[in-house]
Amino acid sequence: MSFLDRFRDTSPKSASLAKERLKIIVAHERKTRNAPAYLPALQRDLLAAINKYVDIDMDQLQVNISEEDNQSILELNLTLPPK
Amino acid sequence: MAEIIVVTSGKGGVGKTTTSAALSMGLAQAGKKTVVIDFDIGLRNLDLIMNCERRVVFDFVNVIQGDSNLSQALIKDKRCENLYILPASQTRDKDALTIEGVEKILNELSDSFDYIICDSPAGIEHGAQMALYFADTAIVVTNPEVSSVRDSDRILGILQSKSRRAEAGIEPVKEKLLLTRYNPTRVEKGEMLSVDDVLEILAIPLLGVIPEDESVLKSSNEGKPVILEEKSLAGQSYSDSVQRFLGAELEHRFLDGEKKGFLKRVFGG
Repeated sequence: MSFLDRFRDTSPKSASLAKERLKIIVAHERKTRNAPAYLPALQRDLLAAINKYVDIDMDQLQVNISEEDNQSILELNLTLPPK
Repeated sequence: MAEIIVVTSGKGGVGKTTTSAALSMGLAQAGKKTVVIDFDIGLRNLDLIMNCERRVVFDFVNVIQGDSNLSQALIKDKRCENLYILPASQTRDKDALTIEGVEKILNELSDSFDYIICDSPAGIEHGAQMALYFADTAIVVTNPEVSSVRDSDRILGILQSKSRRAEAGIEPVKEKLLLTRYNPTRVEKGEMLSVDDVLEILAIPLLGVIPEDESVLKSSNEGKPVILEEKSLAGQSYSDSVQRFLGAELEHRFLDGEKKGFLKRVFGG
């Protein structure tokens, strides 16, 4: 980076933005890669049920199914809006 | 027994066919008996890149369906005697490729070749799955760009779950990253993902980095694998990648942008 660039541009570089976005989406997709086919439908139904009580978006709800020692775990992570 | 290599990417237009042509020519020039197969049924293009489009008589699907035998369909390269091309068919029936049919052809080729390169179509549908199913090694061609990296990760997932090796529970497909259309100057400016960024996300061994280079288009115009352009940056990087594939330990070249003079360093540009 040149001396004058330091004054010219202080915004984050687009490459680092690309990297951060990729890290998040790739991690998310790896988790759902081996998930059962019904997971997206289950996720939509859960969101609909939760929305009866509180107003949240799809990106505030994470549903994961994982297997550990012969048992399946359904993990539900949601961010509730402030009261 | 031949080693089966799939050249794959998920995303289209990243350089699979360019890579298949360069890699197969490079291996053949290194004395390895090599055949390169176009799996892109309906959208045959490897023949153009290899400059044998007017010599296609029979194709991959003709052989699978028993309309011709393998030796009638294989096209011998005019520049390198170790290299053969098996063109894709232009039929619109994409399901013409069957696991049994592909397996039979690969087994037959395996007896007389050292390397079988499978040039995969884009996407993750039937054709792409057929191309990777029997692979021993996968070369994942990726551009330093968000959609290409994401699709490459998708393809890695498929290699790890739907390949023959995954289904049989044997030693997994060896994965190697080939980063193409790399522009070091833009990387230095923070406008393009760096090699290290892509490696951190995909986490597979690096086979090579091919710089963005005008000679790639020029050589495809001429029907010449770019590895034959020995002075071009892309040609030299492909050549290094082939040597690395064969076990040589070479440093990665052309990762730095153009050298800047003092004034440019101070005032930018």
